[in-house]
Amino acid sequence: MKDLKIICRCQDVTEEEIVDAIRKYGLKSVDEVKRVTRAGMGHCQGKTCRKLVEQLLFKVNGFWPDPEEQSTSRPPLKSLPIKLVAASEEDFDAVVARGRGGQHG
Amino acid sequence: MAEFPKTAECIVIGGGIIGASIAYELTKVNFGKVVILEKNTVSSGSTGRCGGGIRAQWSTPENVRLAMESVKRFRELEGELGTDTEYEEGGYLILAHSDEELSQFRKNVEMQKKHGLQVELLSPEEAKKVVPLLNTEKITGATWCSTDGSINPFLINFAYMKKALEQGASLYERTEVLSIDKEGSKITGVVTPKGVISCPVIVNAAGGYAGTVASKARIELPLVPHRHEILATEQINRFFKNMIMSFEHNIYFRQVKDGGIVGGQTNPGEPPGTSVVSGISFIKEMSVKLGHFIPALGDVKILRQWAGLYCMSPDAQPILGRVEGTQGYFHACGFSGHGLMLAPRVSVLMAKAISDTSFHDPDLDRLGLDRFEKGIASFEKSVV
Repeated sequence: MKDLKIICRCQDVTEEEIVDAIRKYGLKSVDEVKRVTRAGMGHCQGKTCRKLVEQLLFKVNGFWPDPEEQSTSRPPLKSLPIKLVAASEEDFDAVVARGRGGQHG
Repeated sequence: MAEFPKTAECIVIGGGIIGASIAYELTKVNFGKVVILEKNTVSSGSTGRCGGGIRAQWSTPENVRLAMESVKRFRELEGELGTDTEYEEGGYLILAHSDEELSQFRKNVEMQKKHGLQVELLSPEEAKKVVPLLNTEKITGATWCSTDGSINPFLINFAYMKKALEQGASLYERTEVLSIDKEGSKITGVVTPKGVISCPVIVNAAGGYAGTVASKARIELPLVPHRHEILATEQINRFFKNMIMSFEHNIYFRQVKDGGIVGGQTNPGEPPGTSVVSGISFIKEMSVKLGHFIPALGDVKILRQWAGLYCMSPDAQPILGRVEGTQGYFHACGFSGHGLMLAPRVSVLMAKAISDTSFHDPDLDRLGLDRFEKGIASFEKSVV
């Protein structure tokens, strides 16, 4: 049990872990923090912790993350069960018949 | 922040796994002043977007050897770099869906075994023993290699980079290479928005943008980047540790250490380009396939999807080493979606080639750019 301040509830990431990562790797943006600590990769996709991570970046670095480097929000907007998404598509044989595609031929 | 350097012994272009590992291996042999230039941030390109799989089950001998040597390095790296990387040998289960595919797999296994890889052909029943929840309905067999596995791409990328910096390399992020200077056939430096660096050696490790970087040195590479999508589900109790792959049905997926399912496909008809936007067709098609292969996943929720670039070479094998006619230019690119798993071996070979111009290695030589003129020795078939 961690008796520290939780910043990302979904992925159970503490303030200490985030501050350590910012210092250790010289991180300057929310996405960089996400990559190293997983903060923002869980159920809420950073909706809760993004602002808190920005504040921690300011606290450690002494400057705010560049507003041009907004954290990327990933779809889907809300988590969706696999079978619900699959129900909106054709069946397996029809899907795999679409081929390999891309540059593989 | 130290002043932007005016000179360097070697400039590595790209802060992904390839650039970071090469910078690390160069500083390890005390090559001299190594500068890494990264257009965005460390692990922001293909490395930070990949599935994290590591396998030696390939159809070409070059890829098998590079991958097997990489596995040996992966085993040492956590200790050597001093960071947990979530490296795990959970195995790869590769599914065959026809007798024809199974006979190709038989040939692959025979070749892989000659190289000393512990790999075996499984019946559908045996495949089901590896993953009891797997639907084996459309499966004629499988191959299994227990020393294949996975790693956290971010952690290994940052670990390599951190150690390279500790050993004297310097990293400049958000620093794009605008042009590459040459005098005659010799590389003399690079131009960035932050300043010009004089340097006799550059390494093109620019992933999806390697072709663009090469063209700045007036080298034409037969590379085609294209978008490759991937998704992750919520965390559930871990019920398999291995990667599951099907070339025929165009899918790979695994359950990562924290319990999420991570998997992708090659989108049918994906055009060349460097777009990494996410599309709706992808999660629909993936949901159908995941639900087919493991019906029990139906209620599991998809949390997020993203995309990265596969930088495809004509034979789906990397392009490595020096280039005839351009002194001081080296590249490690065109990994065709498999840079992470080959990086540990490739970086060692590249550091040797860069620090000793008389260095030769059979795989490095065979994977040079000139193979496309000489005639491609072998074409890698085992790709999704």
